Amino acid sequence: MTESTYRIQGATGDWEVVIGLEVHAQVTSNSKLFSGSATAFGAEPNSQVSLVDAAMPGMLPVPNQECIRQAVRTGMAINAQINKWSRFDRKNYFYADLPQGYQISQLYHPLVGEGSIEIVLDEKDPENSTKTIGVERIHVEQDAGKLMHDQHPTMSYVDLNRSGVALMEIVSRPDMRSPAEAGAYLTKLRTILRYVGSCDGNMDQGSMRADVNVSVRKPGEPFGTRTETKNVNSVRFVMQAIEHEANRQVDVLESGGTIVQETRLFDPNSGTTRSMRSKEDAHDYRYFPDPDLLPLELDDAFLEDCRGSLPELPDAKRHRYESDLDLSAYNAGVLTADVETARWFELLLAETAKAAGKQPAEVAKQASNWLISELFGALNKLGTSLEESPVTPEKGAELLALVAKGTISGSAAKQVLELMLETGDDAGAIVEREGLKQESDTGAIEAEVDKVLAANADKVEQYKAGKEALFGFFVGQTMKAMKGKGNPKVVNEILKAKLG
Amino acid sequence: MTDLTELGVAAIRDGVAKGDFTAVEVADAFNANVAAAQDALNAFIVATPEAAVEAARATDAKRAAGETLGKMAGVPIGMKDLFATKGVQTTAASHILEGFKPEYESTVSQKLWDAGAGMLGKLNLDQFAMGSSNETSYFGNVISPWRRPGSNAPLAPGGSSGGSSAAIAARLCPAATGTDTGGSIRQPAAFTGITGIKPTYGRCSRWGVVAFASSLDQAGAMAHDVTDCSIMLEAMTGFDPKDSTSLDMPVPEWTANLSADLKGKKVGIPREYRVDGMPAEIEAIWQQGIAWLKDAGAEVVDVTLPHTQYALPAYYIIAPAEASSNLARYDGVRYGLRDLPDGANLQDMYAATRAAGFGAEVKRRILIGTYVLSAGFYDAYYTQAQKVRTLISHDFMGAFSEVDVLLTPTAPSAAFALGENADDPLAMYLNDVFTVPASLAGLPAMSVPAGLDAQGLPLGLQLIGKPFDEQGVLNAGLAIEQRAGFAAKPEKWW
Repeated sequence: MTESTYRIQGATGDWEVVIGLEVHAQVTSNSKLFSGSATAFGAEPNSQVSLVDAAMPGMLPVPNQECIRQAVRTGMAINAQINKWSRFDRKNYFYADLPQGYQISQLYHPLVGEGSIEIVLDEKDPENSTKTIGVERIHVEQDAGKLMHDQHPTMSYVDLNRSGVALMEIVSRPDMRSPAEAGAYLTKLRTILRYVGSCDGNMDQGSMRADVNVSVRKPGEPFGTRTETKNVNSVRFVMQAIEHEANRQVDVLESGGTIVQETRLFDPNSGTTRSMRSKEDAHDYRYFPDPDLLPLELDDAFLEDCRGSLPELPDAKRHRYESDLDLSAYNAGVLTADVETARWFELLLAETAKAAGKQPAEVAKQASNWLISELFGALNKLGTSLEESPVTPEKGAELLALVAKGTISGSAAKQVLELMLETGDDAGAIVEREGLKQESDTGAIEAEVDKVLAANADKVEQYKAGKEALFGFFVGQTMKAMKGKGNPKVVNEILKAKLG
Repeated sequence: MTDLTELGVAAIRDGVAKGDFTAVEVADAFNANVAAAQDALNAFIVATPEAAVEAARATDAKRAAGETLGKMAGVPIGMKDLFATKGVQTTAASHILEGFKPEYESTVSQKLWDAGAGMLGKLNLDQFAMGSSNETSYFGNVISPWRRPGSNAPLAPGGSSGGSSAAIAARLCPAATGTDTGGSIRQPAAFTGITGIKPTYGRCSRWGVVAFASSLDQAGAMAHDVTDCSIMLEAMTGFDPKDSTSLDMPVPEWTANLSADLKGKKVGIPREYRVDGMPAEIEAIWQQGIAWLKDAGAEVVDVTLPHTQYALPAYYIIAPAEASSNLARYDGVRYGLRDLPDGANLQDMYAATRAAGFGAEVKRRILIGTYVLSAGFYDAYYTQAQKVRTLISHDFMGAFSEVDVLLTPTAPSAAFALGENADDPLAMYLNDVFTVPASLAGLPAMSVPAGLDAQGLPLGLQLIGKPFDEQGVLNAGLAIEQRAGFAAKPEKWW
């Protein structure tokens, strides 16, 4: 466990920042938490609204078991306590995007209790930079609709497509001490959610957003008064918001002011936060158990089904890559950081091993290095991602096998990859078409070497007299004679043998 | 030929099935009564004579084709205007929902139509079912068809299902739906000399019923007698996956198992229901009821329900608390009334819409409910009331370990005159003193007409049963009905 050394240097000394995050994650499900409406992103306004979502008179909520299942699986993935008895409460307030006049949530008896998430602060040195962040609870609740203010000069329009969509609210302990820790927590949480498949983690589509609680204190003192910055929707913005808010609080305190417990808004354009409403104006939500719903009681069979459907989780996978595949901690970390990367890598590994007739562990290093340094780099340059890569794991494996067999050189492989990304063609076809196959036949190479040595008898003499730097000259001449297609390894070997 | 409007559910259904008369003749007869009484009694908010005739034609056609007829085939009924009816204005007797025509049909009304019933119209009620006299309706109060002798003073039909009770008593319909949150079926039934049953909470789906207090609201049947209520209840009840609180149990054959023979049954008389200042006539009819049940073979014993006195205060915390939240959806944004003053922002629109759209009693309960759920008061009121509710349930379970059914008066008085309690909400709330405890415990309960008071106004007796034991309630009710021989009906003055 590492202690954060992040401090804000104030006029009166160093300040420590205390951070807790409440993350709202949209549950991946085909229908809403309490109605059968669809949940697809980007649909025509008000095209995914049932009578329940619009809160028509006499409409009643019916819990969607899939949403409950996803939240339970998420809780299990962070080793949290699963509450077999939980209950829904109404959070009452008026707003035009909230048709019922209340949000169905869980205040008193959440579905998921205490759990934790391990974060890594230095990817180069994961063993010595982990920290455990406590998760207080996960509860499920309804999302609200969306107001549109740009449709009419004096009126606002309401889109209820999101109204009633299931959210998990994942509440951390105030265990983070720096923007970097908060960023790592959010990133890791997103990784876990995507592994579990309970949330797609698309922050730009609003599938994941964070309420950021920040306070500052002199190290060793009790917690200060916190502010809550609402609805921050990227890792970078969360880190910016914390940095700005912590500095603002230090400024206020050092100029003799006090921090007001309040709700604030983050402005992504300026990277600053501003006050939205103070505690005095805070809503009294009048929480009470929703009388339209029975308590949620989960049986053992359901819990077993949830547990049995969990995939290998990122921490376990990372450790397996290190121990079983002998990958470096860094490579293991990079490959397990996203479920799609890990899935891609494992396919690549299997195909490469098959093509090479070897065990996966024997080709793991080659495959992981190629994926991380070659393919990622090339995709980055093209501004695209692994999901959209024209090179599939199967095609990548074919390329790796060509290198392993010595059919092409490492430098030719780079060229082939570029052409694969450009054309979508197979590696083998490109190698044929471009004539990139290298000559590994010792007889052919020997003949070329003999010619080079015969034509440069003077230099052979000089070499034998001790001018060993000439070795490179012979290699170059041989490669030139072979139009660059000689297998450099074989060329080297033969030259060495001939020159004694 | 008999006056068809004097017939009840069973008689109409059987007459239609036998071919004594057609369903259309029945619908026409009731439609005529509805139209003729509307100005005087104001029992309906909307009459739907075409719907009644259309359903009747369908029944007649089915009969002609030799098809099986439903439990309610050919019976036109009144629908309390708390049930959403597709394409027909549904208001809960409020201004805020005036003109609202749902795109959907409530589960209970759909079941009744599926059973062959037809709709005569949407019945008036206390606004959002909040009231005991029908005086809180935005559409004017219902006038009871009953009058005190020598007096033209309009009497309350009870509430909130006052349109239902008045319409049945006045022969505007043979049966009607009611809803009961704290007595809204039983008290109006008692006031108008008809029979009304509220089944166990969860028997009737609440889907499509405008909500008042979700944990208490329960639909039920109102008709002339026990048999008719039983038939209608069978048609209304049943599991509905769209209501999470719906009971997933088969509907018993209550009608086939009706029996007034109470031999081996024990009837409990809760001593706490003998309240201070109860009129002697109420006490007398209660004693009469005890004698009838003994005559039917039952053993009658005293039981105690020690927390009864706390039921009313608990109810008037829980019901308004739920109502304050349930009624938040009437905000002028999506449907119903919108009052948008010049230059108004969202908050102004809410305030103006709700100020104009809700009546005084509804506002009073929203305020009470908001208050008792507020931070700092929640535990003292809401949590405490829920504890009381649990104790009340335990009281009943204790009594039911000894007895099969309880007998009490339905209301502490006969019908009062309109306006008599209007200035005193507390006096009005006291009308529910005998009906509220069973609602809090979710128990089946029924009011049957037992006699008349000295002024010739009907008095009712209440039977409260074990959870799911509607049969026990119906059977004890039938025993009283057979012995009371209640045949009084209001003299027609309208």
